[in-house]
Amino acid sequence: MSGPSSYQPQSKVLQWIEKRLPIGGLIHSSFIVYPTPRNLNYWWTFGGILSFMLGVQIITGIVLTMHYTPHVDLAFRSVETIMRDVNYGWLLRYLHANGAAMFFLAVYIHMLRGIYYGSYKEPREVLWILGVIIYLLMMATGFMGYVLVWGQMSFWAATVITNLFSAIPGIGDPIVSWLWGGYAVGNPTLNRFYSLHYLLPFVIAGAVVLHVWALHVTGQNNPAGIEPKSDKDTVPFTPYATVKDGFFMVCFCIVLAWFVFYIPNFLGHPDNYIPANPAVTPTHIVPEWYYLPFYAILRAIPDKLMGVAALGGSIVILAFLPWLDTSPVRSARYRPLFRQFFWLFVIVCVALGWLGTKPPEGIYVVLSRIFTIYYFAFFLIVLPLLGIFEKTKPVPNSISESVLGAKA
Amino acid sequence: MTMQRTIIALTLAGGIAALGAPAFAQEHDTPQPPRQKWSFAGPFGKFDEAQLQRGFKVYREVCANCHSLDMVAFRNLGDAGALGYSAAQVAAVAGEYKVKDINDLGSAIERAGRPADRFPSPFPNDLAAAAANGGTAPPDFSVLAKARTYERGFPWFVFDMITQYQEQGPDYIAALLKGYEEPPKGFQLPPNGHYNKYFPGHNIAMPPPLSAGQVVFDDGAPQTVEQYSKDVAAFMVWAAEPHMVARKRIGFQVMIFLIVLAGLMYFTKKKVWSDVH
Repeated sequence: MSGPSSYQPQSKVLQWIEKRLPIGGLIHSSFIVYPTPRNLNYWWTFGGILSFMLGVQIITGIVLTMHYTPHVDLAFRSVETIMRDVNYGWLLRYLHANGAAMFFLAVYIHMLRGIYYGSYKEPREVLWILGVIIYLLMMATGFMGYVLVWGQMSFWAATVITNLFSAIPGIGDPIVSWLWGGYAVGNPTLNRFYSLHYLLPFVIAGAVVLHVWALHVTGQNNPAGIEPKSDKDTVPFTPYATVKDGFFMVCFCIVLAWFVFYIPNFLGHPDNYIPANPAVTPTHIVPEWYYLPFYAILRAIPDKLMGVAALGGSIVILAFLPWLDTSPVRSARYRPLFRQFFWLFVIVCVALGWLGTKPPEGIYVVLSRIFTIYYFAFFLIVLPLLGIFEKTKPVPNSISESVLGAKA
Repeated sequence: MTMQRTIIALTLAGGIAALGAPAFAQEHDTPQPPRQKWSFAGPFGKFDEAQLQRGFKVYREVCANCHSLDMVAFRNLGDAGALGYSAAQVAAVAGEYKVKDINDLGSAIERAGRPADRFPSPFPNDLAAAAANGGTAPPDFSVLAKARTYERGFPWFVFDMITQYQEQGPDYIAALLKGYEEPPKGFQLPPNGHYNKYFPGHNIAMPPPLSAGQVVFDDGAPQTVEQYSKDVAAFMVWAAEPHMVARKRIGFQVMIFLIVLAGLMYFTKKKVWSDVH
């Protein structure tokens, strides 16, 4: 995807194909000779890890689909049948459930890396926005997958989240009925969630192709935040990036395996092992951990409509990041003030996540409000102003200079 | 530099958590269930056959009067890593149950259970179960050990992730079964309610189910409420997670494989990059 290919296949068959469909050249230029900055650190391996996780989710998901029944009376039991009677069904299901959690863990690291090193800045705005779209699709997919289990948390999470749309003035209630396919969360809801949960991962895969395409047009950002200027600044994707990505992917798999084999229910909620019961509301309805910060933002605001607007805004605001951050310097390495605000932002997100598990009362509400204000202030006040007032450190002239300079 | 910031960040996060801690402590006047030693805990955990057999006996003779176990089949009792029953023993257990079926003439019949059958429920349906038990059907036992827990709170849940403490369910169940006592002064117990110190809100509908000597053990284990509670909790964990032993065994193999592979990848990476750095 980067310029005309120098690819010359050896075999006659491949030459024949290449003349008619230059797919070999495409792979060659995108994943073999593609120049990557030589100073990439391990935070840059999460793109590969995310592609791998998407593959894991799609493969385990397709097999799970063969055994799952999307019906309110049968769904919970069919999941238990997978756990008990399908060969290695427990492995497939635990891989899929914990794989989703690890997918989100990886995407959060990937996003925070992007923010820290200013990867969204010109000319990578479209690349970044595609990433935000992928993240939104992931959230929708993850939520609907959680509902399919049809336990108590599945049912009540579906009820709470779909009810958010009722906050829209005037047309809120008809929209919610339309989403449900009825007057409450029921069988039509479960069926459409199942259908969409199967569809959206392929939409994600399509968006990932665009994301990678955009990446290969602009090239990767790097810890120094400056563009490669000569061949000395880059190394070919293969073997350098492939082996590095591969090593860290295996390390990531160790973490995934720890959850899958030793603590498979750690990240889940015990109430989701109680079959869905519309007549009994759980004491605390909590979403999966990866939505908790947004859930805390939603509940921090006393007005329902404003809360929903804040929830949506907290995600949509990410798409505007390239224009909210006014600093000409990309990498936080050379932005001492930004770096402090960035880590504060990370702490605030983790703290909001913790508050999302707490009942909305007393000190928790106060803390949620303070952190929500910081969350938005980081984007709307801190980033625009830092670009004007921050005294940045001198940026190195080239990547090779920054690497060699660090060594000396 | 970055490391320093990370430490500051973590300290701050700890501070924030400490702020919330007092509020958390007030919220719960329910004591934490004591931690038991379970044979199936940890990365090499295995079910104790004798304990599962005793727990099954307690379930059959006491719990099964009200609680169903309808996702577990008789054949599961003979699965590897389970109760250690032979095929003949499984068939014998199944034969002691009456299972509802329809014969070739289309008439509803009751026949002796077969290994492929699932445990029949004590009540014909949920409504009947609820009506016979003061309005709420007693929960099914199949996944109950995974559906029950107690709140560990911060920072304990972080340590649990590393130490693999996953037995909150059976700890809670074992504690609950022997947690019945007289309500403290001033506690308003509704009629038909029972005071249990481990139950959230303390008012539990289930009367104390176990009493000493109620179930006869032929392996010499003490016939106490303490022992019954532990054994039946272990049995419930097996019922909820019948493939746990296989899961942990395969997990260890996967871990070894991944760690060796990571090592090989690391040195390959080092070799490949040696001319760049």
